[in-house]
Amino acid sequence: MSDNHSTFVLERDNFQQLLDVLVGRRYQVVGPTVRDGAIVYDTVSSTADLPVGWTDEQTGGSYRLRRRSDQALFGYAVGPNSWKRFLHPPVVRLWQATRQGNRLEIQEEVHENGKMAFLGVRSCELHAILIQDRVFLHGQQVETRYRSRREQVFVVAVNCAQAGGTCFCTSMNTGPKARSGFDLALTEVLGEGRHYFLVEVGTEAGAEVLRELRHRPAEDAERQAADRICARTAAAMGRSMDTVDIRDLLYRNYEHARWDNVAARCLTCANCTMVCPTCFCTTVEDVTDLKGEHAERWQKWDSCFTMDFSYIHGGSVRATPKARYRQWMTHKLATWIDQFGTSGCVGCGRCITWCPVGIDITEEVSAIRQSEAGRNAKQNHGNT
Amino acid sequence: MVPQPWCVRRSWWETDDSFSFELQAQNEGPTFQFSPGQFNMLYVFGIGEVPISISGNSAKAETLIHTVRAVGPTTRALGDLKRGAPLGVRGPFGSGWPVDEAMGKDLLIVAGGIGMAPLRPVVYAVLARRQQFGRVCLLYGTRTPDDILYAKELQKWGKRTDLETLVTVDRASPGWTGNVGVVTTLIARAQFDPQHAIAMVCGPEIMMRFTVRELQTRGMRSDGIHISMERNMKCAVGFCGHCQFGPTFICKDGPIFRYDKIGHLLAIREI
Amino acid sequence: METLERIVADHPFARGLDRRHLELLAGCASNVRFETNQVAFHEGEEANEFYLIREGKMAVELHAPERGPINILTVGGGEVLGWSWLVPPYRWSFDARAIEPTRAIALDGKCLREKSERDNELGYQLHKRIAQIMEERLQATRLQLLNLYEVHT
Repeated sequence: MSDNHSTFVLERDNFQQLLDVLVGRRYQVVGPTVRDGAIVYDTVSSTADLPVGWTDEQTGGSYRLRRRSDQALFGYAVGPNSWKRFLHPPVVRLWQATRQGNRLEIQEEVHENGKMAFLGVRSCELHAILIQDRVFLHGQQVETRYRSRREQVFVVAVNCAQAGGTCFCTSMNTGPKARSGFDLALTEVLGEGRHYFLVEVGTEAGAEVLRELRHRPAEDAERQAADRICARTAAAMGRSMDTVDIRDLLYRNYEHARWDNVAARCLTCANCTMVCPTCFCTTVEDVTDLKGEHAERWQKWDSCFTMDFSYIHGGSVRATPKARYRQWMTHKLATWIDQFGTSGCVGCGRCITWCPVGIDITEEVSAIRQSEAGRNAKQNHGNT
Repeated sequence: MVPQPWCVRRSWWETDDSFSFELQAQNEGPTFQFSPGQFNMLYVFGIGEVPISISGNSAKAETLIHTVRAVGPTTRALGDLKRGAPLGVRGPFGSGWPVDEAMGKDLLIVAGGIGMAPLRPVVYAVLARRQQFGRVCLLYGTRTPDDILYAKELQKWGKRTDLETLVTVDRASPGWTGNVGVVTTLIARAQFDPQHAIAMVCGPEIMMRFTVRELQTRGMRSDGIHISMERNMKCAVGFCGHCQFGPTFICKDGPIFRYDKIGHLLAIREI
Repeated sequence: METLERIVADHPFARGLDRRHLELLAGCASNVRFETNQVAFHEGEEANEFYLIREGKMAVELHAPERGPINILTVGGGEVLGWSWLVPPYRWSFDARAIEPTRAIALDGKCLREKSERDNELGYQLHKRIAQIMEERLQATRLQLLNLYEVHT
């Protein structure tokens, strides 16, 4: 069941070494930490910074941290942040300009990014990063700022030992086990007096880092224990989505009554787009000083849920919440496939958890699918 | 991609609310190459940036001309720029009109209002090698005689025997002796073989929908009709997400689309 | 209970029709009701029926992306909605939406079209009435275009 990665064991007691080695190699280590009642991603340097002994309870419109009965370092699912805030930052200055008389000088912003190590990347998040790679790196144009940040990232994936209440990565084929795209992948194994990490090496860079840690080859029993954990997680998903033919399903149903139903609940607050690890829309803001000699352009995260998002002279094209919710969901699950070759959704469940009214994307798909089936059944019945 | 510094060489008002200006590069640089139908993002210092179709002659790379309808803060600010004033230019972006595809066929150019601006480069390109095309008809409709863009040029073209130029207005003003009626009414009068023709249509979306319907009634196939779409744009390179129209990004998959590829999207409200 | 034939006969559209044609019409008729905001038809769809409005109000609209639905004309009780069923290419040019609860008679235009090919007298009667409606609408549209209430300086 294991993939062709070499596997090793890193004891919990030696985990700090991993952080030390990465810091020693000049990486800014970004990992999970508890703050403001949530597990967010921020700079970490010590094992003590990690959410040791914490887990999250998630359902539609609700997120709570709870104490675990053990001391797992990664015993939670995902928090409101995703790695996109580091690869595709929310606020970026693009350029500065000066005007002297009739002369305009524009200076592109050069971003000095230190290299980052992401610690604790879930399989769904890894897929989300790869999805954003397709958006920013594999089209006609390359987003050079994204590329320069992305090229220097060291990824330590951590396979999920429990499924979140709103997770459905198995439906989207994005987890729970990370299969590629990482430098190192860990599975935390706790129990029977032991606490260790099964380590899979994904790249030469990962191997190099591992060489500096106290580790040893994994035994079969240890590999199997890790596999069992992943299998257990896969069987315990909080949600599921039938993705068979989903693109055409949504293309057929632009006028489905369900959109009115969800529009009555949706506040267009844009939480879902902020927490979604693949949403990439941005806007630009042009600012100037009072003297009119210095101007700047800033790029900021934007959301298709805002009224202005689709504004053209005269008004917005998507004026109603119905049109905006439909745009978001149809983009995420259908048009994304035509644009980038994969779904835009990785099944992380954040949009369900962080929606103030608990709108559930899996439920919306299911409602449309079922009512279509009901309609077809009625038609067939009428023909007999 | 940062805006390049250009400045206004000269500007003039075409109508009450629309103006044209000719730009020149601030730093000596290469000439500006573009294809008819492409657009630039024009930046007014400290105010904002807007997508504006290039309306000049693509063969005259030493000049860069845009025609702008002043309807919002940035376009009005563009209209206020005096000779010599600086502005930023990014581009050219977008797909162009399929002029080569029309070679050997009849060509129907249908413009509504400011839609005449991105189509004027097509007329220039076609007239430059006129013999490579069949019959060419330019149909242009606008609100009133005072709103007619490029009036002098249209008059000149009207005198040519190798170009059928028909202009109409929705509402006449005293003294107007030309056609009155919406632009779709001109289609019946245009001389072209619908089985062997290309149509290029640009104007308000409703005008394009009705024009396409009329062209289809005349016997044109959907894969011979091309329209120019417009949506909110910020980056113009397919990263900001604003210009999405169904699965297409208007900045890079368009703005010009073959009708059979996106016709079904036009029927979906608020898409 | 009123029969469909009675209801059709009462509508101004049917005034002057002889018994035979009234029966033909009633044979292609059904009672319909549109709730507020319910759409009767969309631009581009096949036009296979038309409506004799009994009471209520329908808006004839065009949808523009940045303006939403633009109300061009309203059709109320005693009036007729739709003539695209009679004129090729038999596709609706506009949307129609109820802005009040509306009761109407739906007539199967496709059926009447086919019947008219065989019974030219029926066809003539239908065309006469539709021509009248078109002329009224055209006059009204021309006057609307004049922007009569604008201040001319």
